[in-house]
Amino acid sequence: MSHPAASLPRVKTWPRLLPGDYSGRPGTLGEHLARHGIRPSCGGDRRREDRIREIERAGLAGRGGAAFPTAVKLRALAAAWPSPVVFGNGVEGEPASDKDKMLLAVAPHLVLDGAVAAAELTGAGQVVIVAHHAVSDIVGRAVAERRSSGWDPVPVRVMTAADRFIAGEASAVVHWVERGVPTPTGRPARLGSPGRGRRPALVQNVETLAHLALVIRHGAPWFTSAGTPAEPGTMLVTLLGAVRRPGVYEIEIGTPVGGLIELAGGAEVPLGALLIGGYFGTWAEPASALPRPFSSAGLAPIGANPGAGVVAALPSTACGLAETARIARYLAGSSAGQCGPCAFGLGAIAGQLEQLAAGCACDLGRLQRWLGDVTGRGACRHPDGTALMVASALRVFGAEVRLHSGGWCSAIGAAGVLPVPGPVRP
Amino acid sequence: MTAAPRLKVDPIACDGRGLCAELLPGLITLDDWGFPLISSQDVPAALRGEASAAVQLCPRLALRLETRGNAEDPGPRGPGCKAKDLRRAGVTPGPPRAGR
Repeated sequence: MSHPAASLPRVKTWPRLLPGDYSGRPGTLGEHLARHGIRPSCGGDRRREDRIREIERAGLAGRGGAAFPTAVKLRALAAAWPSPVVFGNGVEGEPASDKDKMLLAVAPHLVLDGAVAAAELTGAGQVVIVAHHAVSDIVGRAVAERRSSGWDPVPVRVMTAADRFIAGEASAVVHWVERGVPTPTGRPARLGSPGRGRRPALVQNVETLAHLALVIRHGAPWFTSAGTPAEPGTMLVTLLGAVRRPGVYEIEIGTPVGGLIELAGGAEVPLGALLIGGYFGTWAEPASALPRPFSSAGLAPIGANPGAGVVAALPSTACGLAETARIARYLAGSSAGQCGPCAFGLGAIAGQLEQLAAGCACDLGRLQRWLGDVTGRGACRHPDGTALMVASALRVFGAEVRLHSGGWCSAIGAAGVLPVPGPVRP
Repeated sequence: MTAAPRLKVDPIACDGRGLCAELLPGLITLDDWGFPLISSQDVPAALRGEASAAVQLCPRLALRLETRGNAEDPGPRGPGCKAKDLRRAGVTPGPPRAGR
């Protein structure tokens, strides 16, 4: 399948979150202020409601993958008692995604502005930024810079995230900060022991916070001037695999998938498939995916979703089943091991996929049944996301499944296109 | 509560002992790894007694009967947890928040 780059419109990167003239080091507070200006205050009852209404009008939705309306969360937490704690989620446990690390490395002050604004909007007395270990020092220095100038009205602290896939799940972030255990709890994220003084947690992806910092500065009409009417704004995407310039880009929501590939320098080799939305995402055929707008509505007809903005391009020389088996094995190893169906089921699913990828006997009926059996059976969505990804692989690589059942494989390239971290932790 | 209850399992607490599936074969079966697959239908009136027994006998206390509107962990916004309710109950709800 060749990629029709010539027929696609030119795509430009948006310079909202990531400055176009990035020098390779994080912006200082001075540079941040020169670029964005001072953060308007969000304190006080009247102003708080006005600002939340502005965020609602902007249609800002979470950028961590679930796309939950930010204003709804803010309003709920503003009404909560006792006052909440704001968590900036920069864990980014997904190996295919780099956008949160990139954002925190380039514009830590924008994220901190958003986190502090969220604290003012909800009456929170504390902000915790949980950042991937690659960038937590950068964020720590940015916080120290602000603290020394008495910049923020609430205390902000930075914690290095656990380096695990599931550590970025909202309740796992809070669990990690509170008890040093990076596993989902299956309960609404709260801080403190049950009973009086147990604080609710506002967990927001760091990119969402950066957008929030811009919405309170420039207003809803500015924010909605990019994107689609239903899904306004820009978003960060991580483009990887068989593209010439893999990396993190800021795009307008609704940009065609083919435009994203073009942004990354175009396809290096003819593409066999695209994994859209990351390791909990959906495999899609290039012909059906490339013209589709990169938005929830645009990708829905092919069963996909932007998720946290990952698009991985698989060359046509690679075996999609082998890639899927590698990812499934990684995800099985990433299970917290707390819930039986996930702890045992994902390993069983990965085992069947490995058999299939190797051209050995695989009971496809049983594999399909297991995908249904693990869905909705965990305290978090880890089994559900894995099952969705595997189910889409069986659909999109249907011809390959039939070949493999006969002991054949059409791939001529080596497996291992998509990143899967080394030895998986138990 | 007049709505019909449903069975729910806490997947973290559940260890796959399988007692519930033996007590309520009509509503609970076991998957290939021995963990309960719970019917999403309401517990019929005829099985309410057995269902409560299964809830009480679960050795991991992982099974519960849930009526809609009686979700787990209502948290600090649940009934009886508002500041005024606490004050009425003679509990000091802590210092007021800044800026409120």
